[in-house]
Amino acid sequence: MPSFSSRAMSFTVAAALSAALSSTAFAQKKYDTGASDTEIKIGNIMPYSGPASAYGVIGKMEEAYFKMINDQGGINGRKINYITYDDGYSPPKAVEQARKLVESDEVLFIASSLGTPSNSAIQKYMNAKKVPQLFVATGATKFGDYKDFPWTMGWQPAYQSESRIYAAYLLKEKPDAKIAIMYQNDDFGKDMLKGLKDGLGSKAASMIVAEESYEVSEPTIESHIVKVKATNADTFVSFTTPKFAAQAIKKVAELGWKPTYIQSNVGASVGSVMKPAGYEIAQGILSANYAKDGADSSWDNDEGMKKFYAFLAKYAPGMDKNDGSVVYGYGQAQTIVQVLKQAGDNLTRANIMKEAANLKNFAPDTLLPGVTISTSPTDFYPIEQLQMQRFKGEKWELFGPIIAGKIEG
Amino acid sequence: MSTVQDVSAAPAVAAVPKKAMALGPMASLIILALLIVTPLFVKNFIIFQMTMWLIYAIAVLALNILTGASGQFSLGQSAFYALGAYTSAILMEHVGVNYALTLPVAGLVCFIAGFLFGLPALRLSGIYLALATFALAVAMPQLLKLGVFEHWTGGVQGLVVTKPDAPEIFASMGLKVSQDMWLYFFTLAVTIVIYLLSVNLLKSRSGRAMMAIRDNEIAASAMGVDVSLYKTLAFGVSAGITGVAGGLGAIAVQFVAPDGYTIQLAIALFLGMVVGGVGWLPGSLAGAAFIVFVPNIAEHISKGLSGAVFGVILIIIIFLLPNGARQLAYGAQSLIGKLRKH
Repeated sequence: MPSFSSRAMSFTVAAALSAALSSTAFAQKKYDTGASDTEIKIGNIMPYSGPASAYGVIGKMEEAYFKMINDQGGINGRKINYITYDDGYSPPKAVEQARKLVESDEVLFIASSLGTPSNSAIQKYMNAKKVPQLFVATGATKFGDYKDFPWTMGWQPAYQSESRIYAAYLLKEKPDAKIAIMYQNDDFGKDMLKGLKDGLGSKAASMIVAEESYEVSEPTIESHIVKVKATNADTFVSFTTPKFAAQAIKKVAELGWKPTYIQSNVGASVGSVMKPAGYEIAQGILSANYAKDGADSSWDNDEGMKKFYAFLAKYAPGMDKNDGSVVYGYGQAQTIVQVLKQAGDNLTRANIMKEAANLKNFAPDTLLPGVTISTSPTDFYPIEQLQMQRFKGEKWELFGPIIAGKIEG
Repeated sequence: MSTVQDVSAAPAVAAVPKKAMALGPMASLIILALLIVTPLFVKNFIIFQMTMWLIYAIAVLALNILTGASGQFSLGQSAFYALGAYTSAILMEHVGVNYALTLPVAGLVCFIAGFLFGLPALRLSGIYLALATFALAVAMPQLLKLGVFEHWTGGVQGLVVTKPDAPEIFASMGLKVSQDMWLYFFTLAVTIVIYLLSVNLLKSRSGRAMMAIRDNEIAASAMGVDVSLYKTLAFGVSAGITGVAGGLGAIAVQFVAPDGYTIQLAIALFLGMVVGGVGWLPGSLAGAAFIVFVPNIAEHISKGLSGAVFGVILIIIIFLLPNGARQLAYGAQSLIGKLRKH
């Protein structure tokens, strides 16, 4: 018996040893440039100066959020070193800053760089260098192309996802709609237009009665509105940016036209569109959203938003909670932290990308209840769900289910 | 009426003696040696920055020929830079032309564009010409976005350009030359050629004619200089050289988009010329260094106030060295001269 027990003992010890060995082998720390036992370096490029400087808030929010994470002890004991540079919304400058981050500062990856032109400019470089270009701050659909650019991933709903949701809504609620579309003649407007047409599918040709585009440089788009009204459409879809969105709302009301009115999320801000256009005439306008509105008091008792407000009060007291970019930056920073938590001690660039493509139903504090982030090796579009909303009184009112606007292929 | 006329009739820039337009042989060789040796010891990122520095130096040099030699102002250099960049990018990506061959084409296209623009510009002088070229710079990004050209220009999305590899001859010799390194030396060669041609141009009959126009238009025409021809020629040459710089810029950055060629670029080039010393060609190198590196230094000092810090640095430089790097170089020269005598 003793011999047996000692043998059993040695067997157990051996088993335990081998298990311990294999688990240490499994949990062995692995690092690429930019990560160490004490630090994770993250790079970022923002237009702090120049025409798009209003978006610079996103970078400042993320910086503040990572400061909070560091004050709480960092991620698995590692502090985040967030290096953010200004590109002034200029593509050549973005290339210079990206190279500086990768080759001189030696960051582990670049996250939430802003703008379609700047991200287009650095995409090829980042993929050639095999450095993750995570959660780019633009809705251009081309940043979810996992086949050609496996190191680039978007974050917010792609413009095509959003307009597919409008298509789904129209097909269900108003299948015989006569649709007139007004879109901005650039990557944003064209992306939206394509999503809507793809979403309507075979019915697109019969449902769409007018497509009218305008240039960003035009002072007013009123004459275009008069033109599309003449087509006798009963549904008006406005893929416009804030200034033009407000003009369109005003002109449609002025003409006494009462179509089913859909406004893209980009131009649906209460502060910069609905208020200047006039609350009375904006009633009943439809749009879609994926994030909570910091200006909406109905979220005051929401657990996620309470955390968000508490964070703002302590780490970013100067920030305006009504600014959509503030909410945006917070959500992005949380997603980055989630990826780093999932990556654990394996902080190689390949593993960062693997974990970014392995987010499962992750819900940052600032997304609408039910909207979650999910990715896979063949799905590089983190947020694909939105909820329809209708303008009522002085704010947006959500209605209907959360809808996913999946982009195939 | 009279004040305005006085302004436009006065020479636009202080005269620079002809022999002071270039550096002495000794100084030139030292700078050249530094430009050749430094990249061998630094990181690829620094090499990339040095490439951009040389490219901007070419563009500043082009403006220096226009303003420093012929006395005409231009705030529209970004338009020619964009035209050159797009010419190179389109030829490389749509037609499949070798990158090196796209540069002469870009130069030629811009020369013609500059020459044609120079014709109406003849009627304008001084600040009015500056305004006309300003309009050109503002219009350019929007023209590039036009739907008509979208098939070629890629519209707002821009065009991605493939970066050239070093010729295989280096690999067969057992040398490992990175893309950045190769592009740097390629740019350096182009820079040297353009610099030598420019110096020779200014020393030639045409250069003398341009400078005569700069110093006094009426006297020049009395001496038989064809004022309108040389003024437009200066515009054409300047635009052509800027176009070559633009083409190189497109290859180095690997991307062209309308947002890269806004009025900001034109102002940066103008700034580079003033900081380097108007009319002093080697100053282009110093001026370009200013516009490439100083914004980074400013950002390093304060992120939120980078623009203000940049402004303060600029004011200090203009205050201490009103004639730009030229003043510094002359100061150093006379100092060395004195030391030698002792």
